[in-house]
Amino acid sequence: MSADTASPELRDRFKHGLEAPICLTWEVTYGCNLACAHCLSSSGKRDPRELSTDECKSLIDQLADMRVFYVNIGGGEPMVRRDFLELVDHAVARKVGVKFSTNGALITPEAARRIASTDYLDVQISIDGATPETNDPVRGRGSYAMARRGMDRLAEAGFGPFKISVVMTRHNIPELDALEAIAQEYGAQLRITRLRPSGRGASVWDELHPTAVQQRELYEWLIVRPDVLTGDSFFHLSALGEPLPGLNLCGAGRVVCLVDPIGDVYACPFVLHDEFLAGNVRGPGGFAEVWRNSTLFAELREPQSAGACASCGLYDKCQGGCMAAKFFTGMPLDGPDPECVLGHGERELVKVAAGDRPPVPAGHSKRLRVG
Amino acid sequence: MSTSAEAATAFDAARRYRLHPQLALRTERFGALAYHYGNRRLTFLKSPQLTAIVESLSEHASVNAALDAHEVGAETRPALIRALARLHASEVIDVC
Repeated sequence: MSADTASPELRDRFKHGLEAPICLTWEVTYGCNLACAHCLSSSGKRDPRELSTDECKSLIDQLADMRVFYVNIGGGEPMVRRDFLELVDHAVARKVGVKFSTNGALITPEAARRIASTDYLDVQISIDGATPETNDPVRGRGSYAMARRGMDRLAEAGFGPFKISVVMTRHNIPELDALEAIAQEYGAQLRITRLRPSGRGASVWDELHPTAVQQRELYEWLIVRPDVLTGDSFFHLSALGEPLPGLNLCGAGRVVCLVDPIGDVYACPFVLHDEFLAGNVRGPGGFAEVWRNSTLFAELREPQSAGACASCGLYDKCQGGCMAAKFFTGMPLDGPDPECVLGHGERELVKVAAGDRPPVPAGHSKRLRVG
Repeated sequence: MSTSAEAATAFDAARRYRLHPQLALRTERFGALAYHYGNRRLTFLKSPQLTAIVESLSEHASVNAALDAHEVGAETRPALIRALARLHASEVIDVC
């Protein structure tokens, strides 16, 4: 999404919640052909409880009635659902735009042509490095070539400016310029997002998250490239100077939320954990009831304490950072972000015992084969 | 095929405007959210009054007439005209 920069007054209004989310992420399946090391939803195997085609269409109808302008569809790999394009068609017919994330594996020439002929459909293909050497250790062997093949097919089908989506790590920050060049080659838009310690990401975050020096590099790179999309991901970096474009707030339960493949509604795409579960779309009143009346969302829309950050002069800029990043690193939610640019988070982080981090369930990960 | 030429034209409060055909509006307590399906931009309408004026633009022969109908006084009129000009520049409204 590209949006106006919200004034501080408007940002305060957003914190009290909206009639419907601005940005709703919908993970349509836990099934995935890849097993990325940092997968936010610990995806792998499909879940027998996943929403049926009819239930998915009913959810789309509810979103249309609430005037949700578009959904961000992800997974798992959304294209492993056989009814995926049928759901896209249904959404578009109801004027709910679709932006979907894929690893590109299932973009056959035929699928590419069908995608290219659909209005209100945006596609983002994920790579986590400008080369297989950087990408494949995170996303799996052969995944770089697979993603590039998907991009080639979209380009051949005349799709237009798709997005290339990259999760920023210690290893690919030096490749920012190369990633930008790949996007330019395709006439694509580069979208970069923050690595979260969520899902399987919890077990690789310590070794993959950018260093403090790299965070500054990233900020300086972004601030002169307002056209690079970030999904409002790096607002904690706004404490380094001029704010980055975007809403610059934690939108969890206020302007964003996530619907998972079995219909569970979480506060944001990075907190698939019981603590942040607001309800299920299969319940009475459906999605609207959860959005409007869940206890969790009501709490998130109350004024939040700045806690240990209250005395920091930069709190207005970074808003204390990302709730998910704090939660999964075992830090208090009203304290600094683990990647606080002033280093407060790092100092707190060393005090956190390993046992303070919430346990990481295997989720839908496929069992690893040994040997 | 005059769309781009029209978009480049300066905002003129003496003309009739309407919600851009590719635009969807959602009323919120603070005003409204406006989403443009063509350029995929989200814009904020920062007051209920501005929202009501935008929604009714096409019913009036000119922006000035729409402002009159909403009983906009001389002191708030320049700010509203500036806000409408910004909405025109971001293709939330267009001339009709």
